Amino acid sequence: MSLLPPLPAPLGLLAELTHRCPLACPYCSNPLDLERRSGELDTATWLRLFEEAAALGVLQLHLSGGEPAARSDLAALVRGASRAGLYTNLITSGIGLDAARLGALAEAGLEHVQLSVQHVRAAEADRIAGLSGAHAKKRVFAGEVGRAGLPLTINAVIHRANIDVVEEFVREAAALGARRIEVAHSQYYGWALKNRAALLPSAEQVAETRATVERLRVELQGTIVIDYVAPDYFGRFPKPCMNGWGRQSLNVTPSGRVLPCHAAETIPGLGFWSVRERPLREIWQESPAFNAFRGTGWMREPCASCPRREVDFGGCRCQALALTGDPRNADPVCMHSPARALITAALEEARRSHEQFAYRRYVPATTKAANPLTAAAEG
Amino acid sequence: MTAALSETAKPRLARGVRLQQDKARGGYVLLAPERVLEANGTAVAVIELCDGERTLAEIVDILASRFAVDRERVASEVETLLRDLATKRMVEL
Repeated sequence: MSLLPPLPAPLGLLAELTHRCPLACPYCSNPLDLERRSGELDTATWLRLFEEAAALGVLQLHLSGGEPAARSDLAALVRGASRAGLYTNLITSGIGLDAARLGALAEAGLEHVQLSVQHVRAAEADRIAGLSGAHAKKRVFAGEVGRAGLPLTINAVIHRANIDVVEEFVREAAALGARRIEVAHSQYYGWALKNRAALLPSAEQVAETRATVERLRVELQGTIVIDYVAPDYFGRFPKPCMNGWGRQSLNVTPSGRVLPCHAAETIPGLGFWSVRERPLREIWQESPAFNAFRGTGWMREPCASCPRREVDFGGCRCQALALTGDPRNADPVCMHSPARALITAALEEARRSHEQFAYRRYVPATTKAANPLTAAAEG
Repeated sequence: MTAALSETAKPRLARGVRLQQDKARGGYVLLAPERVLEANGTAVAVIELCDGERTLAEIVDILASRFAVDRERVASEVETLLRDLATKRMVEL
């Protein structure tokens, strides 16, 4: 190790506090095999992890899930993270957080709220989220964020069922007082991959969305910042996934396993270490999962000799695995990948598809259809 | 060209934006929603003066005198920085 240049410290940590969620969005990036409540880390372990993350050099903490508000100790977690010096960002559905709870989070040091919105029309939004009344609650919540004085980002995951209302998404976000909106095309992992045929838009729709975003960026400059996440299936080169495996960020699952990205556990044979057993610094530097695809040494052709190998890092390992069966292959999105035909076929399949959503649910279903938030309150 | 910023504006960092020392990598960073921006020495000097009380004119005066640089040059640099941060909704003018 001493002969290698020092490993850069990670900038961001995504804490998946829980997989419990009142919504059932078919594009969810959570794994199909959701973690149960009984397996979640306790408050003290999360707080220790936040201290270790700050000491390691992490600057921003993204509190996510599932729905992070399903954790009754959320304010304590925000307070601890804030004390550690981390910038605290809450990624939420807005369901289960009333004005009082939000006020407690702001008081505990919360710095930013990112709210997911599924559509601009309530009926459609509720259908996508799989929860009736969700959209109305989100609108109320957005107002509460403003009243609490917290900056708001609207996150709109874009797919075939809402790609026709991108402009309305942006205007509604501005009207709700958001400083930022993420117009983010669905990425096809977890539940989204399962629902790919029902979610993928057409190339024409994607081109139109891009043009709409460009136009609105000019018109609304200084009012709202529009971040656009392109859909990689339509590109010639893959996305630089996570800006490189194990380079800038890490994910912690509800039960404490530390991952280079949220989908990494789909790759068989990687050794994931847990914060229950080891300090975060050791995991970041030494865990086999982090070192498996760091740098360029793992690459095969066409990546190994590609001039873009340190631009896009071979794309996404999880996508290479999911679509080609081997995580060492080039991301099949790449025009140089011998498996690019798989992407073309998926786009063609989606064009002909009239598939229904498979909603994100705990599988196999238990006999009692427990609402995850109610379950939280009961506990 | 955009119009010059008002000399009486009282810039300040928007809520949810803060300047922080980056102990692991050295230097300073501006932390904002989903953003980490490296702040160079000039940016740090400007941002530290943006407290919502001082006017733009006062900030420029302080920096021109501290660094013994031509006032117009300082004014132009400060305006460029603040305009950029305002477009990103990180500074309120």
